[in-house]
Amino acid sequence: MTDLAQTLTDRAISVTGTGPRRRTPTGRILRLAIPLVILLVLIFLPWMGFAIPGVLPGAVNSPGSMQLLALCLVTAGIALSYDVLFGRTGLLSFGHALFVGAGAYLAAIALGKWGAGLGLAILLVLAAGIALPLLVGAISLRVKGIAFAMVTLAFAQAVAITVLRNPGGVTGGEEGLSLNRSALPAFLIGVLNAPYRYWLALAFCVFCVLVVAWLTASRTGHAWAAVRENEARVEVLGLSAYRAKLLAVVVGGFLGTLGGFVQLIIVGGANPHLLSTEFTLSLLVMVVLGGAGSRWGPLFGGVLYVLLDNRLQELSTSQTIAELPAVLRVPLSQPVFVLGLLFVLVVYFAPGGIAAIGGRIRSRRARRRTTEPVSDKGP
Amino acid sequence: MSSLILILITGVGLGALYFLVASGLSLIYGLMHVLNFAHGAFLTAGAYAAWVATAYLSGLGGWSFPVAVLVGMIVGALIGATVEFFLIRPLYERHIEQVLVTVGLGLMAVALFAGIWGPDPRPFPRPEWTTQTTTIGGAAIPNDRFLLIGAAGLLLLGLVLLLKYTRIGLIIRAGVENRNMVQALGIDMRRTFTLVFAIGGAAAALGGVLGSVYLGSVSPGQGTALLIYAFIVVVIGGFGSIGGTALAALAVGLVQQLANYYLYSGIGDVSVVLLLAAVLLVRPAGLTGKTA
Repeated sequence: MTDLAQTLTDRAISVTGTGPRRRTPTGRILRLAIPLVILLVLIFLPWMGFAIPGVLPGAVNSPGSMQLLALCLVTAGIALSYDVLFGRTGLLSFGHALFVGAGAYLAAIALGKWGAGLGLAILLVLAAGIALPLLVGAISLRVKGIAFAMVTLAFAQAVAITVLRNPGGVTGGEEGLSLNRSALPAFLIGVLNAPYRYWLALAFCVFCVLVVAWLTASRTGHAWAAVRENEARVEVLGLSAYRAKLLAVVVGGFLGTLGGFVQLIIVGGANPHLLSTEFTLSLLVMVVLGGAGSRWGPLFGGVLYVLLDNRLQELSTSQTIAELPAVLRVPLSQPVFVLGLLFVLVVYFAPGGIAAIGGRIRSRRARRRTTEPVSDKGP
Repeated sequence: MSSLILILITGVGLGALYFLVASGLSLIYGLMHVLNFAHGAFLTAGAYAAWVATAYLSGLGGWSFPVAVLVGMIVGALIGATVEFFLIRPLYERHIEQVLVTVGLGLMAVALFAGIWGPDPRPFPRPEWTTQTTTIGGAAIPNDRFLLIGAAGLLLLGLVLLLKYTRIGLIIRAGVENRNMVQALGIDMRRTFTLVFAIGGAAAALGGVLGSVYLGSVSPGQGTALLIYAFIVVVIGGFGSIGGTALAALAVGLVQQLANYYLYSGIGDVSVVLLLAAVLLVRPAGLTGKTA
């Protein structure tokens, strides 16, 4: 590993506040090797025929499992895009669904109603992915803290209500829009082509990881971390906190918009749920569950959330649940209840999320006093 | 003309409903800096409690509805106090975590209500007189509007009296102004926090029961749907100010009704949201000028 790479990793560690302070040479290699091995396994997953009972429906490379895994990966990427705002810059936004929904709806409308080709639709999504966050961010960042959260909520809610009202029959109202499949290349459609959609989701997820890792290690990332820790100090140092925050909103919003587009292709339609406040709240749950501001936490949280949601849904209709007494049956038949409970437990007992648990155990073993991994800054 | 009167009174009634939900939120935020996402759960819990109670109270005749409202409010107050005592207090001064816990509670509560009473709206047994109308200036106004306005008026009066003329009100007002100073003077704020949560829970539950009368049904998601508008009201009114909240609730209710009628149906919800954005950008601290 080169010196430059080492500097970058060290910086990333110091910025994200994860990982112990010293690393042995083997530790350094492992840090790069483990993600690469996982990535290789993920790339070759569609050729693996074994089953993971309880986690996936059927064999790993069956279309159902591939579809679920694709959904996991795209959600993980979207959760990471939300973490650019929440975990890395300390911005509590309740409007992230706006960007995700915009990506999905814009592409669905362009492909289905305007008769645009795939290339034009992608161009539109890319342009909207920059323009929309720039506009929303520039206006809403004029206020701080809870007021910022409320203005973003207001923007998202205004768009969500408008889409539900179905103006001119364009957005499809509560039904949502189905994807015009004839506009897509043949390898992306059909049940048997699920592996291609899985790879698309994987590519999106890897793209998010690379962009976020690169930016976090750059000057921009340092500015984000500084804004998160102490905004007044950033201003005193002569840096523009507004510019750093706006860049965070644009980067997060861009990745989110892209995620909405990928989600549209995987699910085969744009659903009004993607624009709802509940969706933004579920992103918040994923990020906190996994570990806000950590390198892998948001991804892990996203995958875990989708898997749990899907599996608990399955469980709720199963025979085992139906035979339980009402006290257990009623809560267990509601996936959101279990996820909410898990979320509250993590907030109490594992601040820093699942990603920080390993570090906590390590540091407890070393009998070192742990420092709080999550900032205590108020909203 | 008669339709204008109907719309205005309905707008004020809607504003009254928003005020019932938002007053507690505003006090809680002003005092404790907790944006309470579980407030919608207090509301829905109160509504379901009253709904369950009415089934047992049919023997009381005309008194069954007031008693059911009381039951709902007590349940709301108890849940509010319990949440504060067991869940918010351990996370003292960690505002982000407190907000996250209330978000989790809000999600859990909606799922739990849906699990117990089903995801679909259940018809709410309204007292006979709320379904009738009163004629004012040629317009037939449904009585439930007056019920909402009366309840909100009483709550406003009660809160103003509490805040202005009692010792606990003095502590609450001082705490909104500068909490550290109050604590430095040797006053234990923690009991006040629990009390404010209980008041907020009771007010939200009252809003839930009366909202169910207005809608004619009770459903698991009803609290969450109202909560977003309550947030908007609180932010427009300025955190911690009861007068500002009342004014903002009135404005939001009227704007929503008028825009829905005179522009086109559905634009009212959007215009309220735009009103919020406009107010925040012109006056970031809300109408009454308290810092958010």
